[in-house]
Amino acid sequence: MLALNNYLIISAILFSIGTIGVLVRRNAIVIFMCVEMMLNAVNLTFIAFSKYLGNIDGQIFVFFVMTVAAAEAAVGLALMIAFFKNRESIDVEDINVMKW
Amino acid sequence: MFEYVWLIPLFPLIGVVINGLFGKSIKNEKIIGGIGSLMVFGSFLVACSILFRLLSLPSEERLYELNVFTWIQSGTFKADIGFLIDPLSALMIMVVTGVGFLIHLYSIGYMHGEEGFYRYFTYLNLFTFSMLLLVLGNNLLLMFVGWEGVGLCSYLLIGYYFHKKSAGDAGKKAFVMNRVGDFGFLLGVFTLFWFLGQNYNIWTINFVELSKASHLLPVGGIVTIITLCFFLGATGKSAQIPLYTWLPDAMEGPTPVSALIHAATMVTAGVYMIGRMNFIFIKAPETMLVIACIGAATAIFAATIGTAQNDIKRVLAYSTVSQLGFMFLAMGVGAFAAGVFHLMTHAFFKACLFLGSGSVIHSMHHALHHAHSHDDPQDMRHMGGLKSKMPITFITFLVSTIAIAGIPGFSGFFSKDEILWQAFANPYHGSLNYVLWGIGAVAAGFTAFYMFRLVFMTFFGECRITPKAKDHLHESPFVITLPLMVLGFLAVVGGYVGIPKVIGEVFGGIPNLFEHYLEPVFRISEEFAKEHVQVTAHHSAALEWGLMGTSVLIAVVGISIAYALYIVSPSIPAKFTAAFPGLHRAVYNKWYIDELYDLLFVNPCKALGRFLWKGFDVVIVDGIVNGVAKVTMGFSGVLRHVQSGFVHNYALTMALGMVVIVGFYLFR
Repeated sequence: MLALNNYLIISAILFSIGTIGVLVRRNAIVIFMCVEMMLNAVNLTFIAFSKYLGNIDGQIFVFFVMTVAAAEAAVGLALMIAFFKNRESIDVEDINVMKW
Repeated sequence: MFEYVWLIPLFPLIGVVINGLFGKSIKNEKIIGGIGSLMVFGSFLVACSILFRLLSLPSEERLYELNVFTWIQSGTFKADIGFLIDPLSALMIMVVTGVGFLIHLYSIGYMHGEEGFYRYFTYLNLFTFSMLLLVLGNNLLLMFVGWEGVGLCSYLLIGYYFHKKSAGDAGKKAFVMNRVGDFGFLLGVFTLFWFLGQNYNIWTINFVELSKASHLLPVGGIVTIITLCFFLGATGKSAQIPLYTWLPDAMEGPTPVSALIHAATMVTAGVYMIGRMNFIFIKAPETMLVIACIGAATAIFAATIGTAQNDIKRVLAYSTVSQLGFMFLAMGVGAFAAGVFHLMTHAFFKACLFLGSGSVIHSMHHALHHAHSHDDPQDMRHMGGLKSKMPITFITFLVSTIAIAGIPGFSGFFSKDEILWQAFANPYHGSLNYVLWGIGAVAAGFTAFYMFRLVFMTFFGECRITPKAKDHLHESPFVITLPLMVLGFLAVVGGYVGIPKVIGEVFGGIPNLFEHYLEPVFRISEEFAKEHVQVTAHHSAALEWGLMGTSVLIAVVGISIAYALYIVSPSIPAKFTAAFPGLHRAVYNKWYIDELYDLLFVNPCKALGRFLWKGFDVVIVDGIVNGVAKVTMGFSGVLRHVQSGFVHNYALTMALGMVVIVGFYLFR
């Protein structure tokens, strides 16, 4: 049984990788995957604390996060397909019409 | 019969609805005019039956109130839609519907072929309705509704030829000046209601209840203020100094309108109102003095202006102002019955004069139109010698002129002489009585002068229009001359219902029927006067005869001067004008009163308006609104650059924002 800290460190590393991925990558699908990674990092934290505190609430919360993530994936992929149909690209640099 | 009184105002209202909604599609003038006239005639018949019913009752029972329904009920305040029948209102509905019907009839001929014929009759019926509401209403608020209604119709009808700027301006002037008076009226109602309620717990605006409560009112003090407020309303509606200047301008309207609204009925509303509330006015001696002085001043002032006007209708307009002054003089000296008597006779002869002038203008307009002349058909300098061309108009006009001049035997003599006698003999104003009588007598002399000047310039002498136009002059159609003949007849005989006592005694004790008839209305005032006013002197019948003779003599002198100046040697007026150019110019320009008012009130108001527009509205109001927008635009101009369009920037900002927020909570 690993200590709580280990889980939290893994979770923090995953979250940071996700964040940096969102900020630096151009491919929208990759950014999307990074967002999923951030969500799962959070999920890991929830589970770890749930186990550590002996409280089931965290695990229930993870279910909700996973449900929302699934919905988000559906919507996000649909958006990307629609965007790709217009621009033949899913590069976020090309999503630049909405500006001053 | 009395319970059918609501039919009287209802008939004209039906006319309004029919002509107002369907008049445009009816198109047929005979039907539109016929409906309008018949409705008023219906009211006239009901009014007649009510008058006869009233006369059949003993005088102390001549009071009937019909409450149709409660209009407003709010706390202690209650206003009904209800009608009051007493000798005064019965007389007024007779005048309004009787003279009104004749003028409606006349209008069918006069307005023939005018654009908006149906509009004219709608307004005229609406006016009749409002006026009937004014005189029949049993409380102050309902009276005020009629009061405003007649003002509205006056405005609409003055501006009937609205494509002419002068007509539109005149309408607005009349409306605004009336508003000044109306605010006085309203203040009077409020103060009276509040005062009686606060002090005696009598919360009422009903005339009958007010008259029953009137013995509680103190003499002078607040009652003076109340009555002065009401009198301000009367000066606006009845064209007295200082609010008279709208009436001469109101001549821009069609002539029958001038006859109905601006001579016979609406402008007498102020006199009626004072008569209706005589029991309050009698308790304010200062107000009575003000009314008498203003009446006398208006009588002489307007009469002087009338002597130098060349527009036939303007002369009559100033004459109306002057005659209304006489009525107020009568009210101010406590001779309410005499004032109302003059109101009635004046309605006959002045309506006849106006309709006669309308007949002349109609004919002149026709003739000038055929001759392709652009002369003003209302200018007396183009008339002359019309008596052979228009005999019926001439005779009725002459009869009415004699009546207004105050020649014995005609209606104006009885009423005017009664007023002058009361001005002299009343117990209220002490030695000022002689001044009031003197001014009245001189004003009567002026009246005789300018009215006969008008007759001589219009009907006598050489015809001054082009011969080509002259051939087209002709007598007006029967529908126009019939009302003239009826009114001319009334102008002669209308006075015999109120023969002064001294004359009556000579002819075997004929009583003053009119005064006797109105006696119940003014009983409270009479009793108050008997108790509280010291009768200073008893005047003998000989004195009354003497004064009567004097005023007749003055009238005859006025007529003789007019005869000398305009028939015998027509060159004198021009010489006179040349001798006193300043005086003539001042009189011709109406003593520059309009210019004075422009200077004192209109221009400052305009300047204030312009300041509020250019200064306040443009700079401050618009400045604030536009300033807010400009500041917003400035900030957004800076902040818009944040919207770079790069998703990464947004994501980075969000991430940094999160770091800041989390950092804030961690390290605070």
